[in-house]
Amino acid sequence: MAKLHENTATELLRMLSAGETTPVEVMATYLERIGKLEPKIHALTFVNKDAALKEAERAAKELKGAKGKKKPLLGMPIVVKECISTTGIQTTCCSKILQGYIPPYDATVVTRLKQAGAIIIAKSNMDEFAMGSSTERSCYGPTMNPWDVNRVPGGSSGGSGAAIAAREAPLALGSDTGGSIRCPAAYCGVAGIKSTYGRVSRYGLVAYANSLEQIGPITITARDSAMLLEVIAGKDIADSTSVDVPVDKYSQGIASLEGLKVGIPKEFFGEGLKADVKASVEKAVDKMKELGATTQEVSLPSIKYALPTYYLIAMCEASSNLARFDGLRYGLRVDVPKGNYDAMFSKTRQEGFGPEVRRRIILGTYALSAGYYDMFYVKALKARTIIQDDFKKALAKVDVLVGPTMPTTAFEIGTKVDDPLTMYLEDILTVPINLAGVPSLSVPVGADKAGMPIGMQVMGNFFKEQQVLGVGMALEDVLQFHKKLPPLAGA
Amino acid sequence: MSKKIDENTVAHLAELARITLSDKERKEFAKQLSSILEFFSQISELDTENVKPTYHVVELKNVFREDESREGLSQEAALRNAPQKEKGYFKSPKIVED
Repeated sequence: MAKLHENTATELLRMLSAGETTPVEVMATYLERIGKLEPKIHALTFVNKDAALKEAERAAKELKGAKGKKKPLLGMPIVVKECISTTGIQTTCCSKILQGYIPPYDATVVTRLKQAGAIIIAKSNMDEFAMGSSTERSCYGPTMNPWDVNRVPGGSSGGSGAAIAAREAPLALGSDTGGSIRCPAAYCGVAGIKSTYGRVSRYGLVAYANSLEQIGPITITARDSAMLLEVIAGKDIADSTSVDVPVDKYSQGIASLEGLKVGIPKEFFGEGLKADVKASVEKAVDKMKELGATTQEVSLPSIKYALPTYYLIAMCEASSNLARFDGLRYGLRVDVPKGNYDAMFSKTRQEGFGPEVRRRIILGTYALSAGYYDMFYVKALKARTIIQDDFKKALAKVDVLVGPTMPTTAFEIGTKVDDPLTMYLEDILTVPINLAGVPSLSVPVGADKAGMPIGMQVMGNFFKEQQVLGVGMALEDVLQFHKKLPPLAGA
Repeated sequence: MSKKIDENTVAHLAELARITLSDKERKEFAKQLSSILEFFSQISELDTENVKPTYHVVELKNVFREDESREGLSQEAALRNAPQKEKGYFKSPKIVED
């Protein structure tokens, strides 16, 4: 029989319902694993140990009394990224500027998790304010990839990705502005979905680039992601950009891949794509064909402009969103002797923000300033329209698009962190999706020669999460990557 | 479209963004920001004549709701994280010079 932590979240839930395990046993198992594995991978920033155990005891009682209908995630531990507000638990975006900040309210996704019976076991590490693709830029220090601790887990939700890969928890939440869920999912060999913009409430997500980002699941399988998305998705009165479209039964997936039209965007297989990544993705596409799907090449000609378009929009939005960190209302405050408000404001932000955050705020300020606004910001918004049109045209011909999530596999810690542009290039295949606003799932499809995981993106039309996840489920049923654990997490 | 960012521009932008920078950082940022901006400048090739800017990817219509009061954060909760407070207010250094 499989050890408890070797199960998917879906299987664990079944076991809980069937009385084959208890919420207390589940929580104790994962807390013990956290104690053992954290010194090696540093995925977490705060472990909610005592409160989580108490909650598990309460869930155990509730589960015993529940007949028939029970809460969908009752007794399930979940890891929540540091940028998602949790009442009474630190939410720092892994920045010095938010040290000591304890939110007085829950993000809507957290409220929904609690109503569903899930228990926050820990908060997870990230690049400061989600600005990065490696989780090296955290004020708490980097997270290590469980498959090779000399390598990055991807980012910015690298803590959530590593925690799931190492089975420190069965479920996690990340957020994805330009790939921050899909990149760590790919690098850590787990599943993660950025849903359609507006599908999940952003209320309580500390804003970085609000027109691009979505909170979403990072889990062992696509099926687990589907189950978690069902809980957190839906219109929220507190987020005016959330959309009032019914939440489908994502976990039911799709009946089969028979007749599914799959588009292969040729631009995803261009220069810079590692041979092992290409081979694994092509093998997965062959599997889809065996399962009855048909494929055709499609083109997204404008996505070569996606990186500059994305970074311009993200930096402009960041410069505005991060203006709230003024040293007055929360977090760090650095007073200047005899200094006025501006002096305190400016000094606090020098000491509170890391270099990348300051770079992005300053560049965003530049692109929004008089004389450059039309040249950079408005131009980028127009480029966004063109890129979105490319996706709309392609998705009018086919049901889903597939391609590699990342052009390479996880790189070694310290090799890219000092060169901002090189790090931006990591995001070349993930940012177009955020610009378009469509959903994209990353599922593991193999590993390179060194054993590092490879992820494939399944992209679909607006609000077609069920189809995208259904394709992921069909693939994982044949590929079975989730049965393989990183060596350090195995025993 | 390409535009070099020199140290003076960095200093001006940092002032607008309310971020103190050291001399060393100003130099470093001027170099880094110039090369990033050069990279960004490729979007000038893109023909955007008659293209509307996208502010929101999913078209939303204005939504009305009843003007009913709902409970918000208490004053105490809102002030709990403030580094300095006084008499129920956030406390700031002097804003207007004497």
